[in-house]
Amino acid sequence: MTRKQRRLILIGSSLGVLAIAAALVLSALRESIVFFNSPTDIVEKKPSAGTRMRIGGLVKPGTLQRGDNLMIRFDVTDGNKDVPVRYQGIVPDLFREGQGVVAEGKLDGGGIFVADTVLAKHDEKYMPREVVDALKKTGHWQEGETTMGKPK
Amino acid sequence: MIPEFGHYALVLALALGLIQAVVPVVGVRLRDTAMMNLSSSTAMMQFVFVAASFAALTICYVTSDFSVANVYENSHSLMPLVYKYTSVWGNHEGSMLLWVLILALFGAMVALFGNNLPASLKALVLAVQSWIACAFYLFILLTSNPFLRLPQAPAEGRDLNPILQDIGLAIHPPLLYLGYVGFSMAFSFAIAALIEGRIDAAWARWVRPWTLAAWMFLTVGIAMGSYWAYYELGWGGFWFWDPVENASLMPWLAGTALLHSAVVMEKRNALKIWTLLLAILAFSLSLVGTFLVRSGVLTSVHTFAEDPRRGAFILAILVLFVGGGLTLFAWRAPMLKQGGLFAPVSREGALVFNNLFLTTACLTVFVGTLYPLALEAVTGEKISVGAPFFNLTFAPLFIPLLFAMPFGPMLAWKRGDVLGVSQRLMAAFGLALVAIMVTFVVMGLSSPLAPFGIGLALFVVVGVLVDLAERTSLFRSPLATVRMRAAGLPRSTWGTAVAHFGIAVTLLGIVCQTWASERIVALKPTQVVSLADYDLTFDGIVQHSGSNFRELAAKFTVRSGGVSIGTMEPSKRSFASRSMTTTEAALMTRGVSQLYLSLGDTNDDGSIAIRLYYKPMVLLIWLGALVMMFGGALSLSDRRLRVGAPKPAPKVPAVALEAAE
Repeated sequence: MTRKQRRLILIGSSLGVLAIAAALVLSALRESIVFFNSPTDIVEKKPSAGTRMRIGGLVKPGTLQRGDNLMIRFDVTDGNKDVPVRYQGIVPDLFREGQGVVAEGKLDGGGIFVADTVLAKHDEKYMPREVVDALKKTGHWQEGETTMGKPK
Repeated sequence: MIPEFGHYALVLALALGLIQAVVPVVGVRLRDTAMMNLSSSTAMMQFVFVAASFAALTICYVTSDFSVANVYENSHSLMPLVYKYTSVWGNHEGSMLLWVLILALFGAMVALFGNNLPASLKALVLAVQSWIACAFYLFILLTSNPFLRLPQAPAEGRDLNPILQDIGLAIHPPLLYLGYVGFSMAFSFAIAALIEGRIDAAWARWVRPWTLAAWMFLTVGIAMGSYWAYYELGWGGFWFWDPVENASLMPWLAGTALLHSAVVMEKRNALKIWTLLLAILAFSLSLVGTFLVRSGVLTSVHTFAEDPRRGAFILAILVLFVGGGLTLFAWRAPMLKQGGLFAPVSREGALVFNNLFLTTACLTVFVGTLYPLALEAVTGEKISVGAPFFNLTFAPLFIPLLFAMPFGPMLAWKRGDVLGVSQRLMAAFGLALVAIMVTFVVMGLSSPLAPFGIGLALFVVVGVLVDLAERTSLFRSPLATVRMRAAGLPRSTWGTAVAHFGIAVTLLGIVCQTWASERIVALKPTQVVSLADYDLTFDGIVQHSGSNFRELAAKFTVRSGGVSIGTMEPSKRSFASRSMTTTEAALMTRGVSQLYLSLGDTNDDGSIAIRLYYKPMVLLIWLGALVMMFGGALSLSDRRLRVGAPKPAPKVPAVALEAAE
């Protein structure tokens, strides 16, 4: 085998693997990314039920209800619109009324957001960045109030 | 006085760094040995001054000097002493100081142990190392000075983020940084080689030990971080595909590829240019990681503070070194001499296969990590890319890699015989198939992919053993011969075998998590919850108080088959200083499996929410990483990586001569 042929084999197989990787990445991006929505987005755009998405905002004070079997319900608000959220399980340590929250899940047919993951802040200064942006959009954000951190 | 002293020491380190960045390069140009040798002294002095600076900050923390803003923000006088030490790097400024400390340490090590390097190469390596150091000294001094004083010293500090008050944090960042920063050595060597326009097998032999050492630390650092997240974040996952985790995984993948391609270069003088590129990429990815974590682009527990100036500064450093390195590569690499030839099916070919898949896997992680940032910057649309993405991209690329792993070391250099190797691996195939079937029978069809994962892990394990058995002619020769052959094998062969074995161990641990079970319930005292073969009785709640927190702990008695085997005490800690609560999970280790119990909220009716997991074989995930590190250490101790070191003078012949007279 000449040097040229060997190089062709090398380049060919590299391109082959890269093509496979590109195909995997593109299909995975189509299937598995999750969009972030503010409550206003959800109320106004009415995304179809069953699509996985994230919602972020503040836990509206006075809406947190605990039920049996660790079921909780609360409204997420961005100061403009509210979306009711249902979640079964253990919420993070810093999940409270009036605090920032990001939930991941799907909308059911009745406009209730059924979350399977609830993320809250990590320290008292933290506010999920998505929430900050959502609040800024509706003008309910006070500068200097909080800084960023990481949910979970 | 002490903070000013630390600040001043850092400024002096910068001054030395600037000298070291220029003088050796001029020395190489003028062939002036004195100017070249200057780099060794400055490198050692730089380390001394950075160490003094770091010590000064440590003293401020240990003595709780709240007049220093950084200490006030991140410490508390009542904090246990060990956390006063670890909080030195539990914040942005201090962690950057640790970063440059380790960088200076590596520079000093080259100065000390690099005597067998050609003088010009050593001088250039130290100069490049100093360019990096200067950039980061400036970054610290201009944007992240840890020694700033407050006009008035507060009486009490604001405490370290409670989630970071943990022994895992004490170990994780220094290890990770040793890995990240260790790749700067490979980078410096690559840039030096490009400047000199000369690269040969000896170059690979000098670079390999540094890369190997960095890789070992990074491996354990990542594993430590993973274990810390597992028990501290309270939801039992060991890897979240969080951007910050990916930031450490990418240099690891590139570094692993570099280790393997450097072997080809060293043994066969081939793949030179590719190895250079990987050396540049591995450190570039470390810088990308530093940028992602430190700039505030990402929201993360590692992101201590947000300051746009810092992000811009690190981005500038990133562009300078990555862009500069790649430009130099594009300009100079074509001038380097081409390497040797090899057939596609050969040891070299197998290592190319390894590199191809490792770098491609690294690329998918890169895309998954940066795509959300890019998309948001371009369209303003916010997305999150999580585990499903990586399961669909990273995993399919890693499976062929793992499958090929036993073949690589068994193929001959230059021209291998893949059929012959397959025949010798028949036993491994057979055992893997049996394992797959047994797993299907025992565990059922609920998760059809997992048994194949078990099979793959077993294939690798048995493949490694077959390779070792062949090399020592086990079962074919008398035991004494086998022992002699085993002792005669190079340490690097043992290292490869052990590291590959470690990968399989980790894989086994990960695959077994498919069968992890979980229960989330609310319990009242005396109630029992059962999971796997264990029954846990909730005995009640007790209160403790720690030095800077109050703790609410729930006591559980664990029984297996009616016999009590111990107690578990998960708790919630509330830190008044930050009005914050952390969940401390309780772990019970059974062999290499674990019971994992963490607390949720207490309810009005006196019940408490708990989350209970049974994690079969979970410890294998991290033990595998330790095994990998041990393999790296074995390989590092190989004789050939030490050759060229000064040898003791041959005394024996002289004595013999005298006796003969």
